Amino acid sequence: MNDHHPDAAPWGEPDARPAPVTPADAADAARLVSFGLQPKLQPARDTEYTELLRRYREDAPFARIADAVATGLGLVVLEVSPRAGMAVTAAEDSVFAVRMGDYARRASSDAGDRFLHGLAHLAVAAMAFPRPEDLADDGYIGRVTVNGVDAFVRQACRRLEERAEEHGENTDPASDAPGLEAAWRIWARRSSTGATKDARRLAGSTTGIVAKAVAFLTDSGFLQRTGDDSGGTYRTTARYQLQVRDMAGSAAMAELLDLGVVPVTDGSASLLPAEADGDLELAAGAGLPFHASERP
Amino acid sequence: MAGSGPVSSASFRPLSVGPPNLADVTAPAPANAVPSPAPGPAADEGLARRLRALACTAPLHDLDTRKANLAGEYSVYAMAEVALSAIDLVTLNMDFDTGADHDQIVARLVPRIAAQAPRRPAAEHERVARWVLENLINVGSVDRGFRAVYGTFGPDGSYVRRDYDFKLIEEVPGYGGGVYLRTTDEAVNVLVGALDTDVTSAQIAAEVKLEVLIRRGRLADAQLAAEQARYRTVQYSETLRRALDATRRNVRAVDWLEAVPDMIAEALDHVADRYRHENAILTNIRKARDEAEDQEHKRRAAELVDIVKDCIRRHTQLQSRLLEAGPLFRAEQDRQAFAPPAARAGLDLYGQLVAPVLPLPVEQALRVTDAFFARGAGLRTPSAVRVGDLVDLLLTPPLEREHLGAVMPEPDLVATPDDSRFSEEQLAAAMELLDLEHDAPRRLSGLLAEARKRDPELPYLVALLAVHAASPPVGTAYRQGEPKLLFAVDDGMELDDREFGGADLIVGTALLDAVGMAADRAEAT
Repeated sequence: MNDHHPDAAPWGEPDARPAPVTPADAADAARLVSFGLQPKLQPARDTEYTELLRRYREDAPFARIADAVATGLGLVVLEVSPRAGMAVTAAEDSVFAVRMGDYARRASSDAGDRFLHGLAHLAVAAMAFPRPEDLADDGYIGRVTVNGVDAFVRQACRRLEERAEEHGENTDPASDAPGLEAAWRIWARRSSTGATKDARRLAGSTTGIVAKAVAFLTDSGFLQRTGDDSGGTYRTTARYQLQVRDMAGSAAMAELLDLGVVPVTDGSASLLPAEADGDLELAAGAGLPFHASERP
Repeated sequence: MAGSGPVSSASFRPLSVGPPNLADVTAPAPANAVPSPAPGPAADEGLARRLRALACTAPLHDLDTRKANLAGEYSVYAMAEVALSAIDLVTLNMDFDTGADHDQIVARLVPRIAAQAPRRPAAEHERVARWVLENLINVGSVDRGFRAVYGTFGPDGSYVRRDYDFKLIEEVPGYGGGVYLRTTDEAVNVLVGALDTDVTSAQIAAEVKLEVLIRRGRLADAQLAAEQARYRTVQYSETLRRALDATRRNVRAVDWLEAVPDMIAEALDHVADRYRHENAILTNIRKARDEAEDQEHKRRAAELVDIVKDCIRRHTQLQSRLLEAGPLFRAEQDRQAFAPPAARAGLDLYGQLVAPVLPLPVEQALRVTDAFFARGAGLRTPSAVRVGDLVDLLLTPPLEREHLGAVMPEPDLVATPDDSRFSEEQLAAAMELLDLEHDAPRRLSGLLAEARKRDPELPYLVALLAVHAASPPVGTAYRQGEPKLLFAVDDGMELDDREFGGADLIVGTALLDAVGMAADRAEAT
């Protein structure tokens, strides 16, 4: 497959300089990208895929063509390695991008539902990689359960609710300005599950929304289902770690900074006790650390 | 006041005489002597709290209003009463991990509903129970909750309408994908009783009261106090369950240096204390029950015994949870804290994204979650349709389907040879032989001799059954509510038989208290 076709060289120069690119090379590069577009395919299970991955890592011109093919298709190459395969993801306007409206129909009309679906994805990632070290460590495999994610978000919401009560704040939103309602309230007030007539999970409940998210991520090759306990248990793949670390996390952070919210941490995990984890409601524009960082 | 930030103005107490710069307020302020219609946020807060408490009762009143709209004559039923009793039942049946079972609550509600209209069919009673329960959950709404609108005055004197969202009974996921019911804090606080107090001190007060009441023989009051004590016990375990849940998620999410060990120590003390206390009470009530002459007294005392037993059961459950907490922490600590440090710092998803996003207004939070979703959901390869395929697909006539489906082939059954050691008749004969009077046990030797007279094979079966009876299946009999049980006891006598050796067992029948067991089972579930 990866043999250079002897007749394909357009000009018959001797091989004093790097072998020229042939249509066959382009075909191989495109083939590698097409493997990358099948995220559930594991490199170790397909000899052709493994061979192309090896060639990408050893043959620099070939790697450049493969990158070019991916870019031309509107894909971003995250990593090419035996463990993750050709990890590509969709650029923003690419035909491969997933749009929220296609993902959940109600989400296009209802801001609350749209937020719940987005938060479900964020929470799954936060549960899968609870500490910064977990996200950074290539060998780490995260485990999430559907009910666990819901409970985790609810716990965070409850903490905010308790804090608001301590401060004597009235968090009930004004009736005529639903957009100003604090985000945590949307999750807190949605029921976590519900009985349905046909014994399926209630799609609009928070566990239903989380279940949809993990099922979708499983189809994206980001999670693998390992069991049925606690509403479904899953473990992460190398691709998910890459996607969250290199794409989603930084994009969401940029958006957050754009809003003037600067989360300050010292690089250690911030899932701390309720009393000690500082003020969650950081003042807009606060750019300086509130507490001196203990690490250099 | 206008110059100060939102934080400092919120903490101002309302002044009876306004400061001079109040005149700056654009709205024409009434003269200082006249009480302002907007007494300020602090005074308004009390009103808001009461309005919210009032709102929690609205769904119950609403049930009685709406029962007229149901198809059929339902005005005989007191819906608010059924609803309150449903909330009580759910609260009492809530357990550590799960909540109350939906069908069980319906089943327990039915007797009360039936008592309201005894002549109506049972199906109708159940329908009423389900209707009330569904309305308490508010199945029709997206959030499965209720919303009330109330108004408050803002810090600047403007009138703001606010939405108050609350639930009375919520559905939670349980083991094996089941859905269970739990009452919310709102329901417990407003409807079960004003229990929004310090749990420990309230419980001690209730127990002391209970003891005094029992000593004086005022059982009706004592029962009330015991029930209140049980509500508090439930609430206490709820608080603990949440704390332990957080621990399981992430070691660092919980303060294991002080807060949790303190809490566990306190809770263990509490359990030990309550256990002693309740056992003392139990002895007291048992005495009251046994010595009471009055039937009503006897019944109440018996109910009290049940309640206190239930309290003890809940404490035991709490204790076992507490003992699991330490090992869980150590295991997680090993996994999380003692791993080698990572080469590079990663993004802290919770601290840097989830935690800052949650308090934002939803309009802004949406931008962050949208960004995360757009880049975090992965890619989808769009499916392309070829025109050629499409034409074929459209021109293919729909498949004719047989109404009843394909004909099932006649299964070819092969008779399996009967290889049982004993025949049905032999089993019947053996069972007849072992059907002993409960007060007349017999020796195995006698049974074997009698069996041998009927059929030479029968002694083997009888011996087999007798040996089995030496370890009677008590658990199974209990679960299935069997009226009696065969047992065998070895008293040291040697069996003198030409075919069998071993002990000459005493075989007898024990009568079981089927009614009592059924009641126990109901209590245990």
